[in-house]
Amino acid sequence: MWSRRIFLTLLSGFVLLPVYVMVSSSLKPLQDVSGEFRWLPSGLTVRPYFDIWETVPLAHYFVNSLIVAGAATVCSVVIAVFAAYAVSRYRFRGKRLFTVTVLSTQMFPGILFLLPLFLIFVNIGNATGVALFGSRGGLILTYLTFSLPFSVWMLIGYFESVPRELDEAALVDGCGPLKALFRVVVPAAVPGIVAVAVYAFMTAWGEVLFASVMTDETTRTLAVGLQGYSTQNDVYWNQIMAASLVVSVPVVAGFLLLQRYLVTGLTAGAVK
Amino acid sequence: MTLTTASAGTRAPEPAVRKTSGAGRGPRRPGRVRRTALPYLLLLPALLLEILVHLLPIVIGVAMSFKELTQFHLRDWGAAPWRGLDNFRLVVDLDGPAGQALLKSFVTTCLFTAASVGLCWLLGTAAAVYLQESFRGRGFLRALFLVPYALPVYAAVITWSFMFQRDNGLVNYVLHEQLGLLDSPSFWLIGGNSFVALLTVSVWKGWPFAFLIVMAGLQNVPREMYEAAALDGAGRWQQLRRITLPSLRPVNQVLVLVLFLWTFNDFNTPFVLFGRAAPEAANLVSIHIYQSSFATWNFGAGSAMSVLLLVFLLLVTGVYLFLTSRERRVSRG
Amino acid sequence: MRRISARAVRAAAGSAVVVSLLAAATGCGGGTSADGGSNGSPKTLTYWASNQGPNIEADKKTLEPELRKFEKQTGIKVKLEVVPWSDLLNRIMTAATSGQGPDVLNIGNTWSASLQATGALMPWDEASFGKIGGRDRFVESALGSTGARGQDPAAVPLYSMSYALYYNKKMFADAGVAKPPATWDELVATGKKLSKDGKWALGAEGSNLSNNIHQVFVLGKQHGADFFDAQGRPDFTSDGAVKAVKQYVDFMAKDKIIAPGNAEYAQNQSLSDFAKGRTAMVLWQAAASTFTSQGMADEDWGVAPVPVASGAPGQGTAVNSMVAGINMAVFKNTRNADGAMKFVKFMTSDEEQRILCSTYGSIPPVKAAQSDPAFDRPELKVLRETLGASAQALPQVPDESQFETVVGTAVKNLFATAAGGGAVTEESVKAELAKAQQQMPQS
Repeated sequence: MWSRRIFLTLLSGFVLLPVYVMVSSSLKPLQDVSGEFRWLPSGLTVRPYFDIWETVPLAHYFVNSLIVAGAATVCSVVIAVFAAYAVSRYRFRGKRLFTVTVLSTQMFPGILFLLPLFLIFVNIGNATGVALFGSRGGLILTYLTFSLPFSVWMLIGYFESVPRELDEAALVDGCGPLKALFRVVVPAAVPGIVAVAVYAFMTAWGEVLFASVMTDETTRTLAVGLQGYSTQNDVYWNQIMAASLVVSVPVVAGFLLLQRYLVTGLTAGAVK
Repeated sequence: MTLTTASAGTRAPEPAVRKTSGAGRGPRRPGRVRRTALPYLLLLPALLLEILVHLLPIVIGVAMSFKELTQFHLRDWGAAPWRGLDNFRLVVDLDGPAGQALLKSFVTTCLFTAASVGLCWLLGTAAAVYLQESFRGRGFLRALFLVPYALPVYAAVITWSFMFQRDNGLVNYVLHEQLGLLDSPSFWLIGGNSFVALLTVSVWKGWPFAFLIVMAGLQNVPREMYEAAALDGAGRWQQLRRITLPSLRPVNQVLVLVLFLWTFNDFNTPFVLFGRAAPEAANLVSIHIYQSSFATWNFGAGSAMSVLLLVFLLLVTGVYLFLTSRERRVSRG
Repeated sequence: MRRISARAVRAAAGSAVVVSLLAAATGCGGGTSADGGSNGSPKTLTYWASNQGPNIEADKKTLEPELRKFEKQTGIKVKLEVVPWSDLLNRIMTAATSGQGPDVLNIGNTWSASLQATGALMPWDEASFGKIGGRDRFVESALGSTGARGQDPAAVPLYSMSYALYYNKKMFADAGVAKPPATWDELVATGKKLSKDGKWALGAEGSNLSNNIHQVFVLGKQHGADFFDAQGRPDFTSDGAVKAVKQYVDFMAKDKIIAPGNAEYAQNQSLSDFAKGRTAMVLWQAAASTFTSQGMADEDWGVAPVPVASGAPGQGTAVNSMVAGINMAVFKNTRNADGAMKFVKFMTSDEEQRILCSTYGSIPPVKAAQSDPAFDRPELKVLRETLGASAQALPQVPDESQFETVVGTAVKNLFATAAGGGAVTEESVKAELAKAQQQMPQS
């Protein structure tokens, strides 16, 4: 099938081009990236990989991003599991209102609630002493809510695909509803939950706008921290590329490892 | 349960499901009264967070759009003077500069969204269909194609901005120096070409999502249908038209909506690509609002624009869901 | 069913209470503590420094020993955060909005009037100046960029800078140019000699909005134009303003002495071009430390005053630089007002001024510190003389920050047109400026 071969080759080229640039530039000396572009480096160097930790406190930002994205993912998944279980297994007033409202928040332009959310956090801080603005906690809260609508929606779909007879049998055996959820439904829905977790993690790891307003030096995440490589003096493209690669590797590796679940999760959950 | 959960109107009727699964069990069963509260308790965390992070800020945002919020009043915005509909009048007055700029940015965004969603869908569907059959290297390609989606937005966009540099970027080097397609090196990050640059990055980032969803959707198309069609003598193209695309219809309906909303609201891509001042040709509404709020310190007008944007998105989504759900009902009946 | 609905109503009512409580909490806006600050936490201070050195880490290394010195003297611990320029204004604005910010902060001196209007900064009246040794310790031109005229300054000068013409001695010698140009005509003539063989005469940062503003502001002055009228209203389309902007863009469009690629520069690539010998001249403020860090030897470059239309630099239409620099402000909501004052006094002391300004390659705005031999290098002498005799502050109006954005963008757009080979005419410049003016807040 020629058409397939040609199409897939071109598409692979398109996908790979930036990846190649990222990898090759990160191994080039500075003069190679500040002059005309060249496919091959004039000499290979790994110095950028050492320099990146010096130019900006990258390790510190890395830890912040890990904490924020990790916590946001765990909370988001747990909360979404509860909500999706309620919607998929119970009949109650306001169910449709809930699903519609939660899903419609997906369409809110982030820019509309940036300043208000910031003010809310500040005022909660002033009123209760719980520092949300400028803290990792505030960012975690924000990001976990960003991924919540999609997660809830996907898990509803997935839970519906788990046969009801399973948890009903557990209920008959005397399990409480929560026990049934964790003993029966959750184990049966692992691919869906993994898919949701991956999505939540990526959302939190890549967000720029809120991170740029809601963090300070101590809580800055990678998304904002990477800007530190273009400074007063020079744009260290080789370091920027090295740093981009370093911050991408964990997510991309995790994503590719889990992609099987992702497809299964989506298949059984969202798009059935 | 289908992907169309998004539309309230098309939800599979709940009672039907109930009937098939254990009749007498329901929230009203005697002795199980406590459980009536349970669903609400389970929803409570999600609900509280949604209120805190999404709904309440929207309410405040709407309130701000009726206020005069410039640097003179920012410090105590609660006490900023109310301006009624002034902000809205300012931003929709097509004879005034603010209105014209918003309209232009809105049109740009619509064009950009249409092009990006279309291309993402096309590439995603084509790749998913081509990868439907197994062949050597299929697993590898599938993983490879997901890489752009997995990369953090800023890392990917920074790399593209490096490639789009006029003097030392890859794009000009290839197009001008190596292929000679351009007489002189072009600018990609300023001027008219910036639209193309933004579109390229957006499609590069976005199409794997379409690929992923369509691929998942294809798994639910029964093999037998193709076999039957093949027996009937249908070629690949006919199979695609008669089986694949119709089976993907419900998936596509939601996929297009999700892509539309994400692309239309995209802030990260242009912000990282162009910085604070996006060139006019690539001045998306989200960036325009950011500019109007943060760079010119007029948060009232910025909020008014956001509110209009939200109303627009609500309308489009509502109409879209109405149309698609009606179409389904018709096709079912 | 009744029971459920009752519960639902209660739940709804409950969430309504939560919503209204939060709304009430947020309704009271920022700024909770009293104006003028308090002394709730006298032992610590938070300080936002601007990025003055080669990178953030370098700034920390420069400032931290000084902060320790301050702690030893006063027992006050200063928590330092160096904020990148890309974030600084937004961070200050969110701090102003929320009332939660640092105690002491650096601001770009051109923002003084804009930030003054927010009311978030403590005004410097005579009494406050008295606490740091009096107003007369500072150079007059630097004080001219600390807030709107007729009001108490919103900040005090910390580092001063002015523009100069940096040129590559070897490239000049190779082209047979004996001395740096003193007028624009000479600059263009020299430039045409230098722009050949892939090298260019002048560097520019076409996509850097602030830099564009600094350049066209000075050219505007030379054409007798201000970008604001006496009442502080925007006046971007006067003949002089149009001529000034056109003259600047024409260096690329008509005279072709700026490389077209400079139209997309915004991250000081023009300095790196200069250091690598690709361009022969840049108009810049205190660029020495950057050249050094890029590996250019001190003897390879020279420095001269920025050209004027004719004659020698001076006041009026002979202005050849804006008053560049960094001011230091005290946040009104500080919880350590006395400590903040002490810290400003420390940072503007003769001793610290000498140390910090010589590290950063800037001019001390404190008169007594200027006499130090460290500031007698030829470069700093030019910068100092410019600052003293022929520099003017950017308009001190509340809308200055918006002015930088809209007019800076107009110049950026014109550069983009010129770089793409499009025509830049008086009409197109005027149209672009008119559009910019329309974007200014109407009052």
